Amino acid sequence: MIAQIIFALFLGVGIYFFARKIREVNKLIALGQPLDRKDRISERWKTMFRVAMGQSKMTSRPVAAFFHLIIYLGFIIINIEVLEIIADGLFGTHRLFAPLGLVYDYLIASFEVLAFLVLVACVVFLSRRNLYRIRRFNMDELKAWPRQDANIILVIEIFLMSAFLLMNAADQLLQAAGHGHYISAGLFPISSMLTPILSGWTTESLVLAERGLWWFHILGILAFLNYVPYSKHFHILLAFPNTFYAKLDPSGKLDNLLNVTREVKLAFDPSATITPEEASAPNRFGARDVTDLSWKQLMDAYSCTECGRCTSSCPANLTGKKLSPRKIMMDTRDRLEEIGRNRLKNNAESDDGKSLLHDYITPEELWACTSCNACVEECPVLIDPLSIIIDLRRNLVLEESAAPQELNGMFTRIENNGAPWQFSPSDRMNWTQS
Amino acid sequence: METFKVPTLSELATAGVTPEIVFWVGCAGSFDDRARKVTKAVARILNHCGITFAVLGTEESCTGDPAKRAGNEFLFQMQASNNVATLNGYSVKKIVTACPHCFNTLKNEYPGLGGNYEVIHHSELLQELIDTGKLRVQGGAYKGKRITYHDPCYLGRANSVYEAPRRVLMRLDSLMVEMKRSRSKGLCCGAGGAQMFKEPEQGNKDINMERAEEALALKPEVIAVACPFCMTMLSDGVKMNNKEQEVSVKDIAELLAEAADL
Repeated sequence: MIAQIIFALFLGVGIYFFARKIREVNKLIALGQPLDRKDRISERWKTMFRVAMGQSKMTSRPVAAFFHLIIYLGFIIINIEVLEIIADGLFGTHRLFAPLGLVYDYLIASFEVLAFLVLVACVVFLSRRNLYRIRRFNMDELKAWPRQDANIILVIEIFLMSAFLLMNAADQLLQAAGHGHYISAGLFPISSMLTPILSGWTTESLVLAERGLWWFHILGILAFLNYVPYSKHFHILLAFPNTFYAKLDPSGKLDNLLNVTREVKLAFDPSATITPEEASAPNRFGARDVTDLSWKQLMDAYSCTECGRCTSSCPANLTGKKLSPRKIMMDTRDRLEEIGRNRLKNNAESDDGKSLLHDYITPEELWACTSCNACVEECPVLIDPLSIIIDLRRNLVLEESAAPQELNGMFTRIENNGAPWQFSPSDRMNWTQS
Repeated sequence: METFKVPTLSELATAGVTPEIVFWVGCAGSFDDRARKVTKAVARILNHCGITFAVLGTEESCTGDPAKRAGNEFLFQMQASNNVATLNGYSVKKIVTACPHCFNTLKNEYPGLGGNYEVIHHSELLQELIDTGKLRVQGGAYKGKRITYHDPCYLGRANSVYEAPRRVLMRLDSLMVEMKRSRSKGLCCGAGGAQMFKEPEQGNKDINMERAEEALALKPEVIAVACPFCMTMLSDGVKMNNKEQEVSVKDIAELLAEAADL
């Protein structure tokens, strides 16, 4: 009974803190500017099923895709086991789902196989990150915390899966001994190979081991649940809404700034009709800080798992320029979190004198972009780093007049002679003569 | 010297004629020496196929694409408003252009500013002309030659047009070889996002060299392009590799026009 109360307490506390963090993230995302992404709902569901559930964008890198798929399937299917663990913990039962008989046997067997495969995949990923010199895992923005974060996640998963398999090994021995409530249930294709490790243990030690591992497993899962929203691992949850609300238009289409439309209309005709959307558009041109970005761009930042596919396909980055689309997303999230911390500390909005532009992202990074959409195309969860780059450029140009000199020349030529080069408009038909 | 009879929209309007399609020449196509040859190839093909078309001529002005991508949304929308007013004034319905940047802007960004047209890239028009039998090409000057095609970002990834240019090139009976980075994985030539008009940021290599080297590694005789900016960047890249004698960079319209002896 005491065990049940303690369990319920841990479960409650774990879920409470997780929910609190999610609410906090939600509030931060809501700081973004409004953007309508509630249209074309059926297309959105299809995109989410294809890209998030179906992992369709992962396949272009088959090795990573294969091992990622194992961890993904493991995560989803082993969650059924977590249901049983929670039920057992609350009701003080043991293997509550055992009456399912043959179905239960196969479920347990599949959990075991998946747990083993997940273990292997995590070891592969750990070595890929730490032993092989894969460029996208060894870049500047992935030093220190991001690298540690990735390793922590993989190590936790290895511990959780090992605990699960060892627990089953102890359970089997207790089942064989016919001890207490350890009813004969389940098929153990993997952990049956681990039983020799525990041979010679007394029944009491086995019970202790089984219980200890059981608690370790579930407390580990609750701890992991609370770690996720602070980590790059947040993508396991946000991949779904993020793909659902993704841009459905051709990737070449940039938004037309409504506040500019308003100004241009009025410049042509002071009595022009202004739509309510244009009238209510913010006065800021482009984005200076994260709060000038749309909520979707902020959700993008939280959904990024820092895999670096974007950066590894970015032509600017490949040729040694400072731009890294992954860093754009990481900076956006870091800045938003900083604003969140400021708000918690000061209990209100306060200006810390910093901004995403300049303090996190430099003009040199922004001006290296060719707007080729390679980063957008690569992202397995449909993040759009290009839109942030363009919004920051807009602010640089429209509010700071800080375009590179050559681009100012190009602007002037377009204004004066309607072409980015110095040619007279009257020469436009010359090609027909020569 | 070759002269073209290319009517402008204003001439046709005076004569009370509505063309099937408006040919948006673009700034590169009007002013850049190399791109002008592509413009002429397109005009030759349109004339050959009996398509009635017109250009805006001196009434055409930059779509605003490089300004928009460089962050100057004001200039972009000023350009767009003027162009939309001109195009709508002639009740234009359908536009073809040989520039993927103009194509993308006219097709995707003008509708929100009151400019609604059917916009196609010249690769799509060429494919249509071939499919409908208006343009008959089989083999010709490039038969059996090694050709690799470079996907322009604003045609490929930006608008998912990957097959039309390839199907056009198939009519040449050439030996098509694909770069590893092609279609949705195609590597940029380095000119997009207004890079065409500035020096690249500090790095260890120019993007057009990276791409040209990838193409040259396939030992092609022709690098086919479908964008005036890609044309400039890759031609430069080939020259920097001292390969301009062996390898030519050509637009798909030029290849098709040559193959058809136009």
